[in-house]
Amino acid sequence: MSAVKKEDKNWIEVGQIDDVPKLGARVIKTDDGNIGLFRTADDEIFALRDECPHKKGPLSQGIVHGKKVTCPLHNWNINLDSGEAVAPDEGCTASFPIKIEGSTIYIAI
Amino acid sequence: MSEKLVVIGNGMAGIRTVEELLKIDPLAFDITVFGAEPYGNYNRIMLSPVLTGEKAFDEIVTHDEQWYVDNAITLHKGKEIIEIDRVNRKVIASDGTQADYDRLLIATGSNPFVIPVPGNDLEGVVTFRDMHDVNIMLDTSKQHKHAVVIGGGLLGLEAANGLMQQGMSVTVVHLMDTLMERQLDEAASNMLRASLEERGLNFLMAAQTETIIGKDRVEKVRFKDGTEIYADLVVMAVGIRPNIELAKKAGIHCERGIVVSDTLQTFDPRVYAVGECVQHRGMTYGLVAPLFEMAKVCANHLAKHGIGRYEGSVTSTKLKVTGIDLFSAGDFTGDETTDELVFQDKASGVYRKLVVKDNKIQGAVMYGDTIDGTWYFDLLRDETDISDMRKNILFGQAHLGDSGHGEENRVAAMSDTAEICGCNGVCKGDIVNAINAKKLLTLEEVRAHTKASSSCGSCTGLVEAILANTVGGDYSTAPHLKPMCACTDMTHDDVRAAIVNKELKTVRDVMTGLEWKTSDGCAKCRTSLNYYVVCAWPKEGLDDYQSRFINERVHANIQKDGSYSVIPRMWGGGTSPKELRAIADVAEEYGVETVHVTGGQRIGLYGLKKEDLPTIWKKFSDAGMVSGHAYGKALRTVKTCVGKEWCRFGTQDSTHLGVELEKMTWGSWTPHKFKMAASGCPRNCAEATIKDFGVVCVDSGYELHVGGNGGVKVRATDFLCNVKTEDEVLEYAAAFMQLYRQEAHYLERTAPWLERVGLSYVKENIVENDEYRKELAALFRESQKYMQADPWAERANGTDKHEFEPIATITVGKTATTA
Repeated sequence: MSAVKKEDKNWIEVGQIDDVPKLGARVIKTDDGNIGLFRTADDEIFALRDECPHKKGPLSQGIVHGKKVTCPLHNWNINLDSGEAVAPDEGCTASFPIKIEGSTIYIAI
Repeated sequence: MSEKLVVIGNGMAGIRTVEELLKIDPLAFDITVFGAEPYGNYNRIMLSPVLTGEKAFDEIVTHDEQWYVDNAITLHKGKEIIEIDRVNRKVIASDGTQADYDRLLIATGSNPFVIPVPGNDLEGVVTFRDMHDVNIMLDTSKQHKHAVVIGGGLLGLEAANGLMQQGMSVTVVHLMDTLMERQLDEAASNMLRASLEERGLNFLMAAQTETIIGKDRVEKVRFKDGTEIYADLVVMAVGIRPNIELAKKAGIHCERGIVVSDTLQTFDPRVYAVGECVQHRGMTYGLVAPLFEMAKVCANHLAKHGIGRYEGSVTSTKLKVTGIDLFSAGDFTGDETTDELVFQDKASGVYRKLVVKDNKIQGAVMYGDTIDGTWYFDLLRDETDISDMRKNILFGQAHLGDSGHGEENRVAAMSDTAEICGCNGVCKGDIVNAINAKKLLTLEEVRAHTKASSSCGSCTGLVEAILANTVGGDYSTAPHLKPMCACTDMTHDDVRAAIVNKELKTVRDVMTGLEWKTSDGCAKCRTSLNYYVVCAWPKEGLDDYQSRFINERVHANIQKDGSYSVIPRMWGGGTSPKELRAIADVAEEYGVETVHVTGGQRIGLYGLKKEDLPTIWKKFSDAGMVSGHAYGKALRTVKTCVGKEWCRFGTQDSTHLGVELEKMTWGSWTPHKFKMAASGCPRNCAEATIKDFGVVCVDSGYELHVGGNGGVKVRATDFLCNVKTEDEVLEYAAAFMQLYRQEAHYLERTAPWLERVGLSYVKENIVENDEYRKELAALFRESQKYMQADPWAERANGTDKHEFEPIATITVGKTATTA
């Protein structure tokens, strides 16, 4: 979550913070696959490619806790900020920059 | 600035405590560790395999120097602390090094006992305690022939076996007339001795050492009766004494060990002690499992998380001599108030003895085949009433109707390619390699690294056995009272009780009220907590959907490709042309690839898109159909046969009964899935005897059966009782379900729950106590008032819309054209 202006990025508006349930997620559909949009207990928003590095489970369907999400298929834990799997599991899924202005969420893809 | 923690003793207990502390609060202390030995931390238990040559020293190092650097711990190795200055709160090492402390942890372990006989200081006389001893033994074995090991206990036999492997001729000298008398009874001890003699060890029993003879180095050992034997090496392995000199000198109260409280504090509350050097509630321990339990509690207290208490350990023993399986736990001697259950097959080398008092296991001794050791040990620690399985218990868990892994129970004999975990495709070799390469010590760690036993859990016993075989016995035992997960130290039972007593009605309240260590819990505890809240407070408790697993959140079953399956309810397995037409219409309209009849007499549609679910449910809702809860830890199905309405053998209307059962119970959340069946006659076509609750109709009424399941481990039900009327069946079913709902742990099916609490317990509450049965049934029916709103109809009408729709749809292409 960065309020710093990065003019070189194409920020795309995707919705309001309250459209995403606390400790929950929503899906952004794109022509290049789904992106999971996650909201933590203290209203931080993160975006990850909606594919677990393990067996491509849809992370957006997992349980969010702290800054992590547990994949619904085989319970891998993925860090929301980096997309890295929590050790001892190994793997990484792509993460996307997010910007919040007021209560509006923007993503750069 | 952080407070300073000084640890005296760089062994397993001290470092385990530091590790636990780092897990909870890595920044709580500046940590300094003093160790007398010139190494990082190594696994002392594994000295035996180093002696036999099965392992190299590098392989048993658990924390190399880099680990201390990585965790910002100051390590003073090879520096022995000689003084604790409690007034100025500092410790002083033999070379003059000093360190200040705010908290001090004493983990000085124990010293081997050297018997006071002349000649015990000759060259070639050693103990078996550290790497230094092992190096002397290995060097001696290269130049000399005759070894004498004094002490026929665990340590002595491991030393003797090791020296024999190194080519020495070894005689074990033991004061008593049976080996390992503190761990084994006479029968097992004799089998062990025979087996070791066969391998080439010599024994001198009931022999008291008088003198060790030699000029510069040892030459002979002479006994009280005047006999002498040649010896180039004498290993003293007669026992250990807690190393308390330093603590004593500092004025800390010691008896046999350093006396500590349940929080592992000595009489000086700034000073903690853990491991073999302590005396807790009158007990001292020389095994690893208690030490791990102490470390956890101590770390918790140091991090000021302090709700944990150490309440002592029940220990079990396993000999680390390759190819010899031996297990003992608890009090296996017994007295006039106990019974002995014994199974012995000398020719096959199998012996099992259980000491039982009031139908509870007090102790166990096993020789030959020890796969059930962990099971007996669990029964012992849980104080399970075994009266229901007394007749079969000696044959092992596999003979309690569980056909899971059949004969595959001697892990030592299994090949490396034998598949252990069928769910995740993990072979024995994978597990052994991971344990060795990553130095894993606990079942949890093996699960995390290999995934073995992390799915259905049926191979847990095998994985524990492999762990025990690979790293040594007492590691395998999980702590007696298992915390729910890493987010808390409380057990499932503690948490459930607190939810009721403290009236905690939301998951958040539970985590706050019970001082959860993590901000939002984890996927494991949140799902459990939500169930416990919903079960305890059906009316006013908050059902937190973000704490439900995806299937229960969206009321459909996620498939491996992220699509969903939809299975509408068919009451008692019956359907109609109208319902079938609705199913067919949905299947065609949504291009369903797979239409499948399930094992529970339902029709499933597979491969549906999440966003289509609400409109599909609308169609089913319009046809009068509701959710089948095939996705939930909930009442699943009531399977029936057609009963006396059609069948010439039918004795009762099992179909009608099944429908009534399902109408009463649908929608209820349970700790794990719950399946029922009603068969119209003892031919049992509805397979009622492998269900959680099964009814078999007979001419005189209804037989009720509980605690069965098919699946991973087939378990036939236990017979509960006979009843006369349908109403009674419903009452017993409601009461049984409610008891299970209230008392089982989340994700524990009725079968393991029943085995844990005992069938007698269930009978006492459901069959013998009419009043309580009625109360339970009433509680169940009350709860159902809030549970029987069809979740599909609700969602077809817009509930939780956000779950099914994307928040946004954007086109990015490869060149991000949208803005």
